[in-house]
Amino acid sequence: MKPVVHYSAIEGRSIAYWGLLGTFGLFLLLGLGAVWVMEHNGHYVTGMNNHVIWGLPHVFAVFMIIAASGILNVASIASVFGKKMYKPLSRLSALMAIAFLAGGLMVLMLDLGRPDRLVIAATYLNPKSVFAWNILLYPGFFGAVAVYIWFMMEKRMNQYSHQIGLFAFVWRLLLTTGTGSIFGFVVARNGYDAAVLAPMFIIMSFGFGLAIYILSLMATCRWTGRELGDNVIRQLKNLLGVFIAAMFYFVFVLHLTSLYGTENHGFENFILAEGGLFTQIFWIGWVVIGLVLPIGIVYHPSMSKSRTWIGIASAMVIVGGLASMYVIIIGGQVFPMTIFPGYEVSSSFGDGAIASYTPSIWELGLGIGGITLALAMTTFAIKILPFIPDSLSDELMDPHHAAKTAEADKSETNAV
Amino acid sequence: MADSIGPELKINRANGDECVLPAEEIRKDHMKHLNHQRDDTMYDGIRTKQFSLKECINCHANKDEEGKYIPVNAPGEFCQTCHAYTSVKLDCFECHATKPRDTAFHPIVTDKMKAFVEVHETPNTKSMLDAIAIKNGAK
Amino acid sequence: MSQQKINQYRRDFLSKTTATAATGAIAPGVMLMSVGQAQARPADKAVTDKNRWGLLVDSNKCADGCSDCVKACESENAWGSGSSDEQKSDAQQKAQWIRTVTLKNKLTGSEHQLPMMCQHCEEPPCVDVCPTGASFKRADGIVLVDKHICIGCRYCMMACPYKARSFIHENLHDQAPEVPRGKGTVESCTLCVHKIDRGDGNTACAEACKHQAILFGDLKDPNSAIAIEMKKHATTQIRADLNLNTGVRYRGI
Repeated sequence: MKPVVHYSAIEGRSIAYWGLLGTFGLFLLLGLGAVWVMEHNGHYVTGMNNHVIWGLPHVFAVFMIIAASGILNVASIASVFGKKMYKPLSRLSALMAIAFLAGGLMVLMLDLGRPDRLVIAATYLNPKSVFAWNILLYPGFFGAVAVYIWFMMEKRMNQYSHQIGLFAFVWRLLLTTGTGSIFGFVVARNGYDAAVLAPMFIIMSFGFGLAIYILSLMATCRWTGRELGDNVIRQLKNLLGVFIAAMFYFVFVLHLTSLYGTENHGFENFILAEGGLFTQIFWIGWVVIGLVLPIGIVYHPSMSKSRTWIGIASAMVIVGGLASMYVIIIGGQVFPMTIFPGYEVSSSFGDGAIASYTPSIWELGLGIGGITLALAMTTFAIKILPFIPDSLSDELMDPHHAAKTAEADKSETNAV
Repeated sequence: MADSIGPELKINRANGDECVLPAEEIRKDHMKHLNHQRDDTMYDGIRTKQFSLKECINCHANKDEEGKYIPVNAPGEFCQTCHAYTSVKLDCFECHATKPRDTAFHPIVTDKMKAFVEVHETPNTKSMLDAIAIKNGAK
Repeated sequence: MSQQKINQYRRDFLSKTTATAATGAIAPGVMLMSVGQAQARPADKAVTDKNRWGLLVDSNKCADGCSDCVKACESENAWGSGSSDEQKSDAQQKAQWIRTVTLKNKLTGSEHQLPMMCQHCEEPPCVDVCPTGASFKRADGIVLVDKHICIGCRYCMMACPYKARSFIHENLHDQAPEVPRGKGTVESCTLCVHKIDRGDGNTACAEACKHQAILFGDLKDPNSAIAIEMKKHATTQIRADLNLNTGVRYRGI
């Protein structure tokens, strides 16, 4: 008889659990305190200015929004692409997608100059604005994924999981494309006017989302004493490797194609060679830590079998992701616009000059507040509803593969 | 009677005893008229005076002992008194000036600006304008 | 001819000449008045697209080191040195509606300067990206921010190819009554919309320029000084490749 996967809410009664939730709550409160300082005094307390208008909060927010759509990928692989092994992983994936989108949006909305006017943003919509489209896409995502979770949890609706999964999959592609378009449509700036940014954001979402998911899954199973099969980890790790390779390809293509046009040489030189901090963050943060090292770990013969190393690889992808957002969002603003081609330009308003940006503690507080909101929502939700399977052992998840591996091990022992 | 409701207001009666609408009506409906006017002014450039916020302030702003205007959202002043009593946050003055213009020069200063530039060979700054105005006896 | 008839002719001649002379003396004044009044739209009439306001900036006339236009704008609109506000914002956070840009020719090394402000595009990118519609273009071509519905997202600042917009980073107290500005909203050159609506017929920067480098006028009126001037010699837009059809045109870039 085929083994059935049971789900249950976690116990969530240990001191460690409440301690974790309490810590999240503390950082969330600190984040809200930072928001109060920024809103009450005005943005002069931040490092953002008239040249670098979007700073660290946006780095965190865009990262989380992209990651959210990528986290949903795990569920999509089950419902849309029919890979049975991923099915038990789907509920947590959908939950975390909602949580990280909420966290990202919290950061974005609380950084507004006039966050008290959010109702206006929800009611007066300019049809030509990507931001306005997002105001429709984001709630749509919440709704679609909430329905998805419902269909997964309610037995009689299971049969429609495929349809709603497909709907949510398409919706999140639109959402990620929309997020990439915020930058891609800005023709004025050298660092953004690249069509390849939209698909690159999609691929990055796959990578960041899966890295966050792997870490969360390993932590949840470890801390609630649930079994997590080696084979499950192995498959997730391999998928992560594929996504990292794809991200590598896109970064390569982005810069290679940009370098072809002489007009882009200034910006490319800035990012790749002479941008000081930005060049360092690009090579060390985005490329080495975010791509090269993790892919090395994922395909290493012995490290790839260690859960600790896989966890480290996932963490590196996340760090690299934040670095990539920093280079794209802030690097793209710091580099001056070419308003007068062919001239060397200077003015009292920073024309022709590399702008300066030093993040403030308030912006960091807000960004971290968003991350903790996502984690707190997840930690709390898994105690309320049955998101986590009782067991993710190999036998349960993929009986055929488990049997084959057992056979292979037996024959090896016999041979020796 | 309007006077029997709410706190006592420091109303500047120098420009007459009546507001642009009867007191009962304006007290209840001033935001309705101001919200309508703001869209007309912003989008259509209509600058009629009856419901112009600038005109409200020109009439309702009080002066202190030295003859300088007090901001209308200062404690005890016209707008603030009722809004504190009703606990409704004043948003207008995040952006709008809380005092009437207090330089002696009429807003259409083209000729005077030209004359100024000719004499001083530099365009006027607000502080220089104020200094000259005060010297000429502005209050 | 009889003496009476001669006298009659004399009187007629004198009265007609006097009348003509008087008319000739008063007529220009009357015409000026009617022109002036034609510029002041009645306060209760909405703007139409009959006019399109714009500027012609001649960089050849812009004197090196001069920033009179900037100072005049600061004084008129109460920002920068024209206001006691924005003391807590650092130099990169303070608003700047108009600035002089110095251009150095990479080949010859020669420098010249020009003033730059919001270009009041016909197809403004800032209007396209604004989620609430706060950034909008008035019927007569002036691009403005409706600060009542601006949420301070700064997307318009990101999208502007001219970096024309500024964000207010702190509480303000010293605003000019005609020019509201506030914390958390975005602002830029308004083409002195309050002066235009009042009938002044000119912007502060154009009025202040001693070198006649800035000319304001109605781009749609073929008889206006700006339209006539633009027909004389070639003019360009900054970043003409973006096809925004700006209302501010330049010579000498």
